[in-house]
Amino acid sequence: MQQVNKKPKSLTEARMHYCPGCGHGIAHRLVAECIDELGVQGRAVGVAPVGCSVFADDYFNCDMIQGPHGRGPAIATGIKRCRPQCVVFSYQGDGDLASIGMAETIHSAARSENITLVFINNSIYGMTGGQMAPTTLLGQKSTTSPKGRDAAVNGYPIRVCELLSQLEGARYLERTSVHSAAHVIKTKKALKKAFQCQLDNKGFSMVEVLSMCPTNLGITPKECVKFIAEKMLPQYPLGVYKDLDAKKG
Amino acid sequence: MPEIKVDEVRCKGCELCTAACPKQCIVMSETFGVTGYYPAKFSKPEACTGCALCAQICPDLAIEVYK
Repeated sequence: MQQVNKKPKSLTEARMHYCPGCGHGIAHRLVAECIDELGVQGRAVGVAPVGCSVFADDYFNCDMIQGPHGRGPAIATGIKRCRPQCVVFSYQGDGDLASIGMAETIHSAARSENITLVFINNSIYGMTGGQMAPTTLLGQKSTTSPKGRDAAVNGYPIRVCELLSQLEGARYLERTSVHSAAHVIKTKKALKKAFQCQLDNKGFSMVEVLSMCPTNLGITPKECVKFIAEKMLPQYPLGVYKDLDAKKG
Repeated sequence: MPEIKVDEVRCKGCELCTAACPKQCIVMSETFGVTGYYPAKFSKPEACTGCALCAQICPDLAIEVYK
């Protein structure tokens, strides 16, 4: 008998500290599998964010840098410009990328930096304890919106893929999810395409991954899967938002 | 015959694999493991097709699939 699934070489043996049912573990594995399959482990450099995945450098078996809150794309820009042969990715959550790091995100896309962003959108702040994020849905309860997000007070959730798709510099944008095995497989394809975009020197690529945060939503992992399917997908439709190759074809 | 092995140290008992298995081959253990979680347990070896969907959804790389 042969083993069907192999643990990617680009992940370490460390047991992840994430809560039960958290989507970070899946996203980590998919990024690592892409790095393995593209054969770039030796020249891959990741930027760990501030957030639950701040210890991502313990799990990824490639060069890693941990950046200040939201500055992942700026750091990735620096690495890529100094060492263009490196494959540089910035792994960020929604509080990191869409809130404090929005300027870095938009400007790195506008400059079409040849980097890849992995954006984990779980609609809430994780590490800090379930506060309202820019991606929190209208009516969704969080510790800072206990009666539910109200548009009159808190404004509307940000759709990052749609926002960046307006920029000419953004070359590959896709939104996927990890709430079911089928979506996990699609997410891997999207990530691989994003990394390939960087390897082909086409410019800025980003994959937004809708992910589970059962702890801060106060529900079980199975209920969280339902929450993504029923509540998040209507607000954040899956799909490719920009793909230069598709336009040519 | 295909089979899966659950690493009880890595498994955190999130139950996502039980929902992902099309043949309902995985149940949760009734006794807790060394880490204090109730780990997933392979319950129907005869029904497993080795599709590895459980391993796809597992956030903790706790499932090894053999075929």
